Amino acid sequence: MRAGEGAERREARLAWRLVAPALATILLIALFPLLWTVWESVHLHDLRMPWLGRPFIGAANYLEAFRDARFWGALGHTLLFTVVTVTLELGLGCVLALAMNRAFRGRAVVRAAVLIPWAIPTVVAALLWRFIFEGQTGIANTLLVDAGLVRDPPVWFIHSGLAWVPVVLADVWKTTPFVALLLLAGLQNIDASLYEAARIDGASAWRQFRYVTLPLLKPAILVALIFRTLDAFRVFDLIYVMTGGGPGTSTEPIALYTFNSLLQNLRFGYGSALSVIVFLITFALALGYIRFLGAGLTETRA
Amino acid sequence: MTPRSRWGTAALGLLVLATAFPFYWAIVSSFTPEARLFQRPSLLPTTLVLDHYRALFTERNFWVPIRNSLIVAGATTAICVSIGGLCAYALARLRFRGKAPLLGLILAVSVFPQISVVSPLYLLLRRLHLINTYPGLILPYLTFAMPLTVWLLVGFFRQLPAELEEAAMVDGASRLRALWEVILPLALPGLAATAILTFVYSWNEFLFALSFTLGPERQTVPVAIALFRGQYQVPWGQILAAAIVATAPVAVLVLAFQRRIVQGLTSGAVKG
Repeated sequence: MRAGEGAERREARLAWRLVAPALATILLIALFPLLWTVWESVHLHDLRMPWLGRPFIGAANYLEAFRDARFWGALGHTLLFTVVTVTLELGLGCVLALAMNRAFRGRAVVRAAVLIPWAIPTVVAALLWRFIFEGQTGIANTLLVDAGLVRDPPVWFIHSGLAWVPVVLADVWKTTPFVALLLLAGLQNIDASLYEAARIDGASAWRQFRYVTLPLLKPAILVALIFRTLDAFRVFDLIYVMTGGGPGTSTEPIALYTFNSLLQNLRFGYGSALSVIVFLITFALALGYIRFLGAGLTETRA
Repeated sequence: MTPRSRWGTAALGLLVLATAFPFYWAIVSSFTPEARLFQRPSLLPTTLVLDHYRALFTERNFWVPIRNSLIVAGATTAICVSIGGLCAYALARLRFRGKAPLLGLILAVSVFPQISVVSPLYLLLRRLHLINTYPGLILPYLTFAMPLTVWLLVGFFRQLPAELEEAAMVDGASRLRALWEVILPLALPGLAATAILTFVYSWNEFLFALSFTLGPERQTVPVAIALFRGQYQVPWGQILAAAIVATAPVAVLVLAFQRRIVQGLTSGAVKG
């Protein structure tokens, strides 16, 4: 089979030649910078004080982060935002996907309606919702007062707790549709005859959902869960535009604190250490999910 | 209608309403005189004016960020679809060792947080004197756009029947000619959907554009809108007009290609 082997080798050589430009780009502009971030993070590098040079300081930047209340605050905000939005989005997304999965007229309208919030710039979504909740006489407050739900309309963005409400709403509004589409694709893959069999066996709607839909939808749910969690964890645009991290730093997420350390305070060493921490947490989350996902997949296949 | 399907229809009606409301309100407000925006706003418009749009394109010179965004997103898309297309073809349809780790690497890069490379990219671009230039945005954009493009295209190439190139090669065409003459025309819808998604992601990007530009002359649309400030107060009318202008092209593109886009976005989830 020498001819066959030659063809195989030719195919592999062609493949590597086709892959090379994209691979080189990814290595050069993504992986190499990542290593550079790690290098920066163990050095003192303050662009405001260039005369200090760039001395090696070991783990000092990391130790500073662990003693930095603003870092822990930012990490806490990020986790809170992630847990709340991902839970809401998956719950709502699941309900909407089930509703969309029933054949009905006007499906195209619904699909278009759900695609647009997902496709617009996050900056725009943030501004639309900021405007809705702006001031004491914005439309949200006006409607709340008219409906008799509040007497004294709050100024949402000057209150450290209330400021989260428009932020979470805006994120849920923008991304739930996308989750619903992912889950809908999973639902449409489920064999209709399984439901028929369940019905013949006399299974109630709830039992059909619990024992047919849910297990078969698990892979799609896990994929949505991974993407949403990783996305929510790096939240930046939305909060930068809506609250700027404020009032004070009460809504500042870790990506925004890192950005501020880098480009406002010009502390590149410290900012890089924060970047590495964000990267490591994301990486750990992804690995955790992939193990979980892998287990989920074999389970549903068995 | 059964009661259950009535509940489903009600849920979807509510969804469409909730989705549309912020847009409706932004459009109405962008035609409302600034002085009336926060004075007992009513859901139905009373006075409509074009002032905000006029100010946007005269005083604000909003053409500049639009041009910047078109150039940066256009160039990013062109580079990604051409280079990424070749890579995706190999990953989807050729047999070679190292394919699985390569796919894993690309997926890993596509999920890692942008903020984790801002510091080195800033230092690198500064050293190359590329801060506040078009290449200074296009290069960083490749970090997220290239893995995305490759990932989507692998999905589209895999859907084409396997016998295609074999038939072409039996006819004596080389692998590359088979790619060019047989696969490419069939993959065009997938390439178009991928190009649109890459363009939309680049058009919407904010963190890099904010970090690597200095002034209005190179700012992209999202940065320009986010940094809109009046002398004394927030010019909401103009901000909303700009938001509508920034959203319109994306909305049109996505609606025109919605079926393909949904297919591309969800194929990963379906395959599990």
